[in-house]
Amino acid sequence: MLETLAFYFFAALTLGMAFVVVTTTNILYAMTSLAAAMVFVSAFFFLLDAEFLGVVQILVYVGAVVVMYAFGMMFLNASQEVQERAHAPKVPALLAIALAVVLVALLGAPFIAHYAHNLQESLNPDLDTSNTKLIGFVLFTKYLVAFEVGAFMLLVALVGAMASAFKKEN
Amino acid sequence: MLTLAHYLVFAALLFSVGLFGILRRKNILMLFFSTEIMLNAINVAFVAIAHSLKNIDGQVFALFMIAVAAAEVAIGLGLVILWHRKHKSLDIDTLVRMKG
Repeated sequence: MLETLAFYFFAALTLGMAFVVVTTTNILYAMTSLAAAMVFVSAFFFLLDAEFLGVVQILVYVGAVVVMYAFGMMFLNASQEVQERAHAPKVPALLAIALAVVLVALLGAPFIAHYAHNLQESLNPDLDTSNTKLIGFVLFTKYLVAFEVGAFMLLVALVGAMASAFKKEN
Repeated sequence: MLTLAHYLVFAALLFSVGLFGILRRKNILMLFFSTEIMLNAINVAFVAIAHSLKNIDGQVFALFMIAVAAAEVAIGLGLVILWHRKHKSLDIDTLVRMKG
């Protein structure tokens, strides 16, 4: 019970800090929020019985990586407000929301399929059933993730082929 | 009761936040920060899967990934400082000049 509570608490904190990192205009705030997000991510490692990794996360990310960014920012004189020419800010937001839906569906679907295993019992695949049925059954339960990644890869390949085909010659 | 799905869905959401940063921001340092968020999301997924499989391999991979991320920051920051010295800008659009 306490574990579940801790999970949701740290999930909310980490996502909030990550959101501050990607939206703030002050690069110093972004760096500080990044350090906080890294500390909160280490909480998940402790929850998952990976104590060593949790300690390494804090040491390396907050102790080394963020300090390295801080040194870099001293060279870059980047502590003033970031001026960015934002073009169509709605497009990346929509893209990211669409990707979040796709990723959650991809990573959550096998578990939903697993919990709905009365489907598996009713189908009861054996060698007597037709090959198409068997392939369909295995493809959409055990290898659903690989299947969807393959579909996505095909889409990207097609869009890339079109983009390079219609590219203007310089 | 916490399941693997909880952790994977959280990792997916965190990864999406990082990707939003990659798509939205123009400042090179902000792009680096977003990359770190995405790498951390993948680490959480690795460790969660390793925990559910009762296998240590995923944690080792996550450790490798932390090392790779640290190396990436070092090299990337060096290049960014060189670039800033030459062009006085952290805007990613100025990198278009790298086109041959």
